[in-house]
Amino acid sequence: MLAFIIRRMVQALLVMIVVALIAFTLFRFVGDPVNQMVGIETSAQERELLRQQLGLNDPVVVQFIHFIWSAVHFDFGASYQFKQPVIDLIADRFPATMELSVVSALFSLVFGIPMGVYAALHRNSWLSRFFLTVSLVGISLPTFLTGILLIFLFAVSLHWLPSFGRGDVVALGFWTTGLLTKSGLKALVLPGITLGLFQLALIMRLVRSEMIEVLRTDYIKFARARGLPDRIVYFGHALKNTLVPVMTIAGLQLGSIIAFAIITETVFQWPGMGLLFLKAVQNADIPIMSAYLLLVAFIFVTINLIVDLLYAAVDPRIRIDLRQA
Amino acid sequence: MSAEQGASLSLTPRRRWLSRLLDSDIAFSFWQSKLTVFAAAVALVIVLGAMLAPWIAPQNPFDLKTLCLLNSHVPPAWQKGGDLHFLLGTDDQGRDVLSTILYGSRLSLAIGIMSVAFAAVLGITLGLIAGYAGGSVDALIMRAADVQLTFPAILIALLIDGTAHALFGQYRDESATIWVLVLSVGLSFWVQYARTVRGLTFVERNKDYVLAARLIGIRPGLILVRHILPNVIGPVLVIVTINLALAIILEATLSFLGVGLSPTQPSLGTMIRIGNNFLFAGEWWIAIFPGITLAALALSVNLLGDWLRDALNPKLR
Repeated sequence: MLAFIIRRMVQALLVMIVVALIAFTLFRFVGDPVNQMVGIETSAQERELLRQQLGLNDPVVVQFIHFIWSAVHFDFGASYQFKQPVIDLIADRFPATMELSVVSALFSLVFGIPMGVYAALHRNSWLSRFFLTVSLVGISLPTFLTGILLIFLFAVSLHWLPSFGRGDVVALGFWTTGLLTKSGLKALVLPGITLGLFQLALIMRLVRSEMIEVLRTDYIKFARARGLPDRIVYFGHALKNTLVPVMTIAGLQLGSIIAFAIITETVFQWPGMGLLFLKAVQNADIPIMSAYLLLVAFIFVTINLIVDLLYAAVDPRIRIDLRQA
Repeated sequence: MSAEQGASLSLTPRRRWLSRLLDSDIAFSFWQSKLTVFAAAVALVIVLGAMLAPWIAPQNPFDLKTLCLLNSHVPPAWQKGGDLHFLLGTDDQGRDVLSTILYGSRLSLAIGIMSVAFAAVLGITLGLIAGYAGGSVDALIMRAADVQLTFPAILIALLIDGTAHALFGQYRDESATIWVLVLSVGLSFWVQYARTVRGLTFVERNKDYVLAARLIGIRPGLILVRHILPNVIGPVLVIVTINLALAIILEATLSFLGVGLSPTQPSLGTMIRIGNNFLFAGEWWIAIFPGITLAALALSVNLLGDWLRDALNPKLR
């Protein structure tokens, strides 16, 4: 087990180094940092002096190490368009994205799992067919289109919910939250559904197919033969084993929810990191792009690692495989 | 007599090919599923409309001469103030929405197909090489795939697009935008092909026919293309169909986010982006009709992909 943990940690570290290399290449070679920082009237000597000060004339390896060193200390340089430290810009917007992502992840789990279980237990009922059709639409509909349709229906036509922004937020130390005010909660509904719908469809389909597989196994037949009531067979035995792979996917999906938040945040003008990143892409603001890349990579790799370790902790079959390997 | 014979000779194999296709299990399972037939019909209508756009569209939305600002913001024909010339209404520049949808699906489909082809060729090549060579080459390619798989396609496409922006500046010409899109969508999808093909190649390379080919001294490149490739291509076709829907959605998303095609060259995503600005003014038709087209296209291609996966899966037969 320990060897497995160490191996996974080394792998995670390797991924981070590769991503850091890409971020560094972007930062250093795409666009000239000096040109972005000074005006046209700056003379060649002053530019050279600035280059020297910034360490742009050092060997590339030294620069890379310097880059990693600053990144570890959350120093990603200043944004070209805002002329502010990138880390401040990201820190401002981080809570908005995290709240949106966690809420939609919960939404997709809370609705996706029961729908999947139902569709597996009553395979031919019309409600299951309805769930399956809806999930196929949910997978095919692009996120931005879902958002626009929801805005059109609930904000433009019915005036029930706001179509943009976060509503009123409350500051709790460095964290700002919209979960404590009425307008904040109302503002969260449409973006949360938009972002969670795809995941909901995915989780529902996964739970359904896993549950159908599990219901075919011998230990379920044995449990039935022992005369256990359906409720215990389904929820005590079958569901428990269904949820192991679901947990993995759900963990990984949290990562992609954070990335897909870029689209949802744009549609709803949600003041989060995704919107910041998109503006950076449009304006070729490289420091923000590379910082966002590093941050998202870090979140992904951490989630991956936790999921892998949990997986081994929960499923005894994997532990045995590991011991033999 | 000879002419007659020639005609019958050329006809026979063709008829055989056709009747073999019509009698096959795949064709049977196709006609069995009403949903699949329906999806195929929808996809066919959209593809035909896109291909025939220059002949059937009432207006050429790329031709500025035919546009008139006086005709802008016209609602669909059945609404008050509608005009029969503009069946689905017009946008803010007086472009007929129906025509723009026809031309837009043309661009969306073309970019989708090109980027899937690019991803498939790249992925298959790398997968074949990784699976056949093994060792450190394999490790290198697959680790690169692992790293990329950690990130969702949308993020990678955005990064590539942003980098291209920074490298070439804002003043790129129109056709370059299309290639940047193809590149960014294509590069974010190659991993799936590489993984699948590598796994299959791994199995195939130790089979007798490959050993025989190696024994008689055929070059590895030729073995890969002529002998192994035909045996691993089946599952790839399924990925291609499912990826096509994803690629069309990804292109639309990028265009919607404003990093894809420019407003003068509207794909479906660009149109939805333009229409989104007028949604609150009550002009819903500019965004909603292209949106429906996009959703119908993606859904029908997805359904076809689902069907193909089940039809080609021997376990389910």
